[in-house]
Amino acid sequence: MRAISSWGRLSALPHQLVKLGDPSQVADIIGGQKPGVAFGNGRSYGDVCLNPNGVLWHTAGLDRLIQFDGKTGRLVCGAGVLLRDIQRVMVPQGWILPVTPGTQLITVGGAIANDVHGKNHHVLGSFGDHVQRIRLIRTDGQVIECSPQQQADWFAATVGGMGLTGVMVEAEIQLRKIAGPWLETETLPYENLDEFFKLADDSESGWEHTVSWIDCLSNKGRGLFMRANPTDAGVRNEPKGRKLAMPLVPPVSLVNPLSLKPFNTLYYNVKKSNTGRSITHYEGFSYPLDNILEWNRMYGPKGFFQYQSVVPREVGLAAVHATLGEIAKSGQGSFLAVLKTFGNRQPVGMMSFPQHGVTLALDFPNNGANTLKLFERMDAIVREAGGRIYPAKDARMPRELFEQGYPCLNDFLTFRDPGISSGLSRRLMGS
Amino acid sequence: MENKQKIVIIGATSAMAEHCARLWLQNKAVELILVGRNAGRIEPIANDLRVRSPKSDIHVVEAEFLQPAAIQATVDNIVATGPVDVVLIAHGSLPEQADCQNNLAACHDALVVNGVSPVLFAEAFAQHMAQAGSGTLVLIGSVAGDRGRKSNYVYGSAKGLVTRYAQGLQHRFAGTGVKVVLVKPGPTDTPMTAQLKSGGVKLAPVADVAQQIVDAVGRGQAVAYVPGKWRVIMMVIRHLPAFVFNKLNI
Repeated sequence: MRAISSWGRLSALPHQLVKLGDPSQVADIIGGQKPGVAFGNGRSYGDVCLNPNGVLWHTAGLDRLIQFDGKTGRLVCGAGVLLRDIQRVMVPQGWILPVTPGTQLITVGGAIANDVHGKNHHVLGSFGDHVQRIRLIRTDGQVIECSPQQQADWFAATVGGMGLTGVMVEAEIQLRKIAGPWLETETLPYENLDEFFKLADDSESGWEHTVSWIDCLSNKGRGLFMRANPTDAGVRNEPKGRKLAMPLVPPVSLVNPLSLKPFNTLYYNVKKSNTGRSITHYEGFSYPLDNILEWNRMYGPKGFFQYQSVVPREVGLAAVHATLGEIAKSGQGSFLAVLKTFGNRQPVGMMSFPQHGVTLALDFPNNGANTLKLFERMDAIVREAGGRIYPAKDARMPRELFEQGYPCLNDFLTFRDPGISSGLSRRLMGS
Repeated sequence: MENKQKIVIIGATSAMAEHCARLWLQNKAVELILVGRNAGRIEPIANDLRVRSPKSDIHVVEAEFLQPAAIQATVDNIVATGPVDVVLIAHGSLPEQADCQNNLAACHDALVVNGVSPVLFAEAFAQHMAQAGSGTLVLIGSVAGDRGRKSNYVYGSAKGLVTRYAQGLQHRFAGTGVKVVLVKPGPTDTPMTAQLKSGGVKLAPVADVAQQIVDAVGRGQAVAYVPGKWRVIMMVIRHLPAFVFNKLNI
């Protein structure tokens, strides 16, 4: 047994880590040591990838690329391959993953299980929109090949299915042709939420990537809006992969009421004086934190929560306003705060998180009861707005809010593998 | 076009070797020959490498690993198509020390697989490299070969053979174009050490270890401890007086 934490570092409970390597042996391994749940790179924040006091099937050994068709852009690979490895192999060959989240240090299996989204949701949807086929192995030995056309119900249950329908061993992904690794980017400050929504609406047709940093302590909701498009910028010097690391866990969170307000004010004003257009490498724009190894340590020994919700567009302004009000009142929060609109697209998975509306993602250092109380007030806003919370980030949402937010839940439960259980599934689904 | 670096990996299913291969073809096309006992187990690795580097030439060679004549023939065949730039001899298996003590056949196998076989492969390539006057021969030793310990001295003595052999080869090729690199990994997170992991030993990530091996090969470094901290740790362990060392439970 080993102590395993997810990215939020909220717990370090013992797990039995069982490695998956040779795909032909996966059925025997997961059938022999269950219940368990697949564990990729441990970048989800809460307990979706954990199974305290139980088994984790570690997929890092399923890390081989299997086939690539240079004419169609179809890639077949193991479920344990990191998105970063796909990008670094394929971008020089003129292809890129159409959708990636804010880190590329996640596995293909994790990207599908959480149906992750990126800054281009309004144009390209979520990760699952580009998955053409999944090979799923159930703990009873059954092998299911599913795709949007074949066994489509299994596909819809597995995309966003939190790893609960079986263990993914292989996936086929449609990549996207690109001219090069460069993006034309533009940063624009906004003073309040009205300005944010106007920028978001105006950018939806002309810009592929849109995202914003929001100062979570400002009542009005000031922030910096960033948008980008792929561009053919020719051959340029690529940034060196210089990496910093948090060398240790500080005894208290470095993000605290004393540091947060000055930091946010400084950051906003420095960036505001430095806005405009530029050419940026996709790694720097899309995964700014990947160059700081173990940045999650900065929140100290008690770890941190991330709270990500989405609420429908019609009530978005009021809901975000109310949420910021609660946060400002509490004085908690972090400079890692993201506000973004989602496009109006039908989600691929029964349990996919993105829906048409506006999503707010915020880190909170774990201050125990104070933090949890704040979340209850934020939950009330989400509940009333008819929104939902992202399971990949969650460690504490109430079961009733989960059930309200995911109307396909009962249908989904019929696809669960009885030999698979996670901290999250026990907390929110009872088993 | 025909100036691709020619790299041979003996023991191609080794996780350490597989990660080295990924790094070698990351930035340039190479000719890569993957040698192992079972072609079926190498094919998925070869396919992965072909996707990573479509311009590289990747060949799979199935070979016998214990018979001197077979080893000679395998190496001669590989060299027949042109001189080799880099050979990585990476095969091995970590035996249970207790098995080696209780069963001479297990002891014999551990010594042959981890010691004699790598040396025979190296010697066969050394003949050709001596003739060509160039090439880099990379042997995977181990920190376990630095001092015999009760917990794994059979494996350690086989790796000790590799260490002494590499020293001799470095002496022989000193001042020539042939380089000999002896890599001494500490415990690394690979399928070979899965048992250690469940025992709570801290293991280095294989991708990091591979990067350090590739860097050391690029420099032609004579002895490379990977990760580097093992150079210091093993210096201490090698120099501990017996009356202290014998009290340690390692």
